[in-house]
Amino acid sequence: MIGKYLPLLASSLRRKRLRTFFTVASILIAFLLYGLAASLQFALKSGVDVAGADRLLTMHKVSFTQLLPASYENRIKAVDGVVAVSPQTWFGAWFQDERNQFPTFPSDPEAYLRIYPEIKLTEEEKVAWFADRTGALVGRAIADLYGWKVGDQVPLRSAIWRRLDGSDTWGITVRAIYDLPDGGDTRQIVLHQDYFEEAKQQAKGLIGWYVIKIADVNQTQTVSRQIDAMFANSPAETKTSSERAMAQSFVNQVGNIGAILSAIVGAVFFTMLLVTANTMAQSVRERTNELGVLKTLGFSNSGVLGMVLAESVLVTVLGGLLGMFLAWWIGVQFGPTLGQYLPGFRVPPDALIKSVLYMLALGVVAGALPAWQAMRLRIVEALRRD
Amino acid sequence: MNATAAETAQPIVRIRDLVKDYRRGAEVVRVLDGLSLDIKQGDFVALMGPSGSGKSTLLNLIGGLDRPTSGSLEVEGLRVDQLSEGSLGRWRADHVGFIFQMYNLLPVLTAERNVELPLLLTNLNREQRMTRVAAALKLVGLEHRAKHRPRELSGGQEQRVGIARAIVTDPTLLLCDEPTGDLDRKSGDEILTLLEALNDEYGKTIIMVTHDPHAAERSHRVIHLDKGMLGEGAA
Repeated sequence: MIGKYLPLLASSLRRKRLRTFFTVASILIAFLLYGLAASLQFALKSGVDVAGADRLLTMHKVSFTQLLPASYENRIKAVDGVVAVSPQTWFGAWFQDERNQFPTFPSDPEAYLRIYPEIKLTEEEKVAWFADRTGALVGRAIADLYGWKVGDQVPLRSAIWRRLDGSDTWGITVRAIYDLPDGGDTRQIVLHQDYFEEAKQQAKGLIGWYVIKIADVNQTQTVSRQIDAMFANSPAETKTSSERAMAQSFVNQVGNIGAILSAIVGAVFFTMLLVTANTMAQSVRERTNELGVLKTLGFSNSGVLGMVLAESVLVTVLGGLLGMFLAWWIGVQFGPTLGQYLPGFRVPPDALIKSVLYMLALGVVAGALPAWQAMRLRIVEALRRD
Repeated sequence: MNATAAETAQPIVRIRDLVKDYRRGAEVVRVLDGLSLDIKQGDFVALMGPSGSGKSTLLNLIGGLDRPTSGSLEVEGLRVDQLSEGSLGRWRADHVGFIFQMYNLLPVLTAERNVELPLLLTNLNREQRMTRVAAALKLVGLEHRAKHRPRELSGGQEQRVGIARAIVTDPTLLLCDEPTGDLDRKSGDEILTLLEALNDEYGKTIIMVTHDPHAAERSHRVIHLDKGMLGEGAA
């Protein structure tokens, strides 16, 4: 039914091609910005979603860049409610080019897999990884990115840690490749803590932080307080909190960027509203005579109102869909590159649905006043105008 | 239908004591002043008169484009002046074809799309619509120009497209506002010949506003208007 009016609508857009092009391009940019901002927020938030509530992180009270004594491990293990403890240290790994960085942590392999049971790898590979001190557990995304296979020797470089011989190259062997459920982020490498401790040149006996699995999620506060109390008034006091709380706190810090982006996108949308409304108002003014002719031929007032609104919505939907497509394409195309900084950078499905609602709303609101004016147009007056 | 047949036919338009006032600021201007008139089915009437005599206003009122201040206006027995805005639109679409001096075609649409416009308001499917469009364009001799836009046509051809658009819904009444006013003599004659054919062969009742005595000669009856009052003469 509506289809028969489409040529009429499309021809209205072709009337001033350059103006239509610029309006559509402006809306495209607005929705591209919205899509990218939504992708960024999704990437920041996805870390919180996968963080376990039953995992605690114990780090230096001053800053997570300050190291903790490796001797804390056994004392933490002795705390009631603690199931497993693994030390972790930021390795600063890169491969081939210093820009190719990815999260890499020396850890206790067995404890690590107990703490992160969602990690999926074959039994055979698990045994092989446990048995090889230079072996590494590599995430599927990293392995795919560089074409690594189990058994490959890889010269991993560290931006922070040097070996006893002064070299920053750490020869590792890919012993296992892991996956995560629901396409979780697998851009990570886990090394043997023992190998790292023995081979590193500096900071002997020190580690970055501890990852702890507790038996009961409801005991998070109690266990955290107990651990921190143990090391109070020591040279290396600790601060313990749940992994989820840490991730949330990180997101909250960078969350302001998200808020700023949202404000910018909001301002851009508002500007687009004015631009589109102006375009529609101009278009209706130029076509006063034609609208009068349509009414003369029998088009009803509500029909003319609907036509102007539909034209406005067509412009915003066209620009909006192109913008969202471009944002989606950027996510697909550059997601792997951005992945080491922003894993999960892509337009989330809820943002796609919201964007369609925004396109419709923008079109209706921008077209409302011109459509109302077109509806109220008196035929005799409209026909007098050229 | 010839002039004699029209004389014996029933009135298709019956106007009684028609008054139309316009407001210009604080001033009220009476454009039609108690006009009464009958126009019979199948007639071809020319409305003549000086500028501001009210001929275009009368045409607009008969076509339901405007409303009278008082009086009654019946077309085919229907009190047009009493119809609601929505009903008036539907009535226009079904019963009246409009032909304008400046053709008033939509410049972005091809000739056939322009002619199709009134049919978009019907329940006809695309194929049925295009069949009717082709028939209307053939009747005005422009079937070979169906895909051309108005700017690619001469003035006379544009007016023919305007006529095709006016007749595509097969209305009983054709209202023409200076249909030859923007054309040279030759093209104007062709348009008048076409209107005559529509009147004679297809029985359309035609009311034509014109300044041109030559155009008025082609009608069956000339109605003179002056200061909103009636004065009549035969063509």
